[in-house]
Amino acid sequence: MANAQVDAIAKGAAEPGCAKVDPILVATNVTRQFGGNKAVDVAHLEIPRGKITALIGPNGAGKTTLFNLLTGFDKPNTGSWTFQGKDLAGVAPYKVARMGMVRTFQLTKALSLLTVLDNMRLGAQDNPGEKFFASFVRPLWAKKEAEITERANALLARFKLDAKSEDYAAALSGGQRKLLEMARALMSDPKLVMLDEPMAGVNPALTQSLLEHIKGLKANGTTVLFVEHDMHMVRHISDWVVVMAEGKIVAEGPPAEVMKNPAVIDAYLGAHADTDLGDVEISSSKDGK
Amino acid sequence: MDFVSIFNLTLGELIGVFTAAYALCALGLAMHFGYTGLLNFGQAGFAALGAYGYAIASLSFHWNLWGSFAFGVACAAAFALLLGIPTLRLRADYLAIVTIAAAQALYYAFGDSEWESITGGANGLSQFGTDFYKANPIPEGRYNLGIITLSQDEIWIRLVSWGLVALVAIILVVLTRSPWGRTLKGIREDEDAVRSLGKNVFAYKMQSLVLGGVIGALGGIVFTLASQTNQPTTWVSNFTFMTWTVLLLGGAATILGPVLGSAVFFMFLMLTQGLFEGLVNIGWLPFLTLAQVGQIRYLLVGIFLVLLVVFRPQGFLGNKKEMQFNG
Repeated sequence: MANAQVDAIAKGAAEPGCAKVDPILVATNVTRQFGGNKAVDVAHLEIPRGKITALIGPNGAGKTTLFNLLTGFDKPNTGSWTFQGKDLAGVAPYKVARMGMVRTFQLTKALSLLTVLDNMRLGAQDNPGEKFFASFVRPLWAKKEAEITERANALLARFKLDAKSEDYAAALSGGQRKLLEMARALMSDPKLVMLDEPMAGVNPALTQSLLEHIKGLKANGTTVLFVEHDMHMVRHISDWVVVMAEGKIVAEGPPAEVMKNPAVIDAYLGAHADTDLGDVEISSSKDGK
Repeated sequence: MDFVSIFNLTLGELIGVFTAAYALCALGLAMHFGYTGLLNFGQAGFAALGAYGYAIASLSFHWNLWGSFAFGVACAAAFALLLGIPTLRLRADYLAIVTIAAAQALYYAFGDSEWESITGGANGLSQFGTDFYKANPIPEGRYNLGIITLSQDEIWIRLVSWGLVALVAIILVVLTRSPWGRTLKGIREDEDAVRSLGKNVFAYKMQSLVLGGVIGALGGIVFTLASQTNQPTTWVSNFTFMTWTVLLLGGAATILGPVLGSAVFFMFLMLTQGLFEGLVNIGWLPFLTLAQVGQIRYLLVGIFLVLLVVFRPQGFLGNKKEMQFNG
């Protein structure tokens, strides 16, 4: 069972930096140094297309820094990476987003003093009305704007935010802002969505619906890469898990396998290696896998 | 005390040229600060470039009205590019530092004797509006407008300056309601978020900086055309801060706010001038001299502004939720 899971995604054994059958994102030798501290030191990483990949690791492992590097928000000291075969190193963040690789942020960046609907519309690409001169001539963009609004309303309904569409984003709860940020990222129909701690600060009642949304993305053919600390969530929805510690990738594999890996237990739990993995064990028996 | 005359003079400010000029400069700042979150503390520099550009083009280059206008505007646009290229990639504070310093540098450069043959040095320039007033279609004479009597030239400059205010206000309303304006507001809220959504934030901020600066230049041009004199001392940082006062009075993220703010500001100055002078003359304010009246008005403006910030931070017309001085 486990091996079949590995074979579907990886070429050969599931080991750190292993090649994938169909990678969407390939990074090689990406390093980022902060003073004497090598925050990210990734020799090789491939993200499988059309799957949900979790990036886990203890605090300070370099997960968010790796996100920033891959999306152009930070510059690496060395390294190259390609997205759908196109070289991405040194490409500006807005161009990365236009190519179909959209991210969210650990600290939610809802545009507080724009309405929820305007937040969503801003997520759309290729709106001629966003050009300075074209913006004067409404007929040039009215049709596209209507399409975008329709899409936005449909997405808002999916994320149960439609009742809030005319409110300022500032009026939303923390969890709703997370939902809004994710919905906004989807406005551009991205090929790869990178979610930085989508569950952080979200109330448990919303967690389930967020999980469903992420699964829904996969069903629509979108690749998902997410950073998360909640092992239950990782266990529950990811097809593949990449474990980072001290900037390096220390393990990869299907969630059930990875959780048993001594290197992961070591890196992730450190001094607490003796404690029960709790959630992980319980959820795995529930799922009956 | 002649209340009728004070009242008439105060109402006259409502259509005053300086009111229009400050309204234009503040509209430029509304673009920068209210809609994009750019902290421009050098609006005096943009206005000065408009004014000097116009005056130099007509006096030294002997260009016509349109050419001079275009040159003034082009100078301000070039200034915006020059300031924007190095600073708009950095945090907002850097633009504030650079604009205030650059505007001050311009003020010293324009007043310096080194380029006196072009800029007029400390004396500045005058009589550069010949073409502008030649284009005046209104027949010569004095016109009684009910509360004030104006010459044909005084009416002409008021028509042109308030026409520009109306034109700019319409342009800004159209822009800020478009998807372009929405993107700018997004940048005001959080530029990284907008970047992550595939927008070229740097280009948007540059467009906003150039547009707001050009509007400021128009304000500078009409300001100096009124009396056909352009002195370097007009463009001290005080000019910038008065523009900010006008903007914050009216409401930073509004279009009519800066116009209303400017009208209120100049009417307040004229009203208090008349009242204080009257009170000093009839001996009710023995501790004040007539010369001090001018200063005490600004003191009152300061107190007024502090009260405004405390009790109505969004300005007269601002939406409290949308803008509370938070850029």
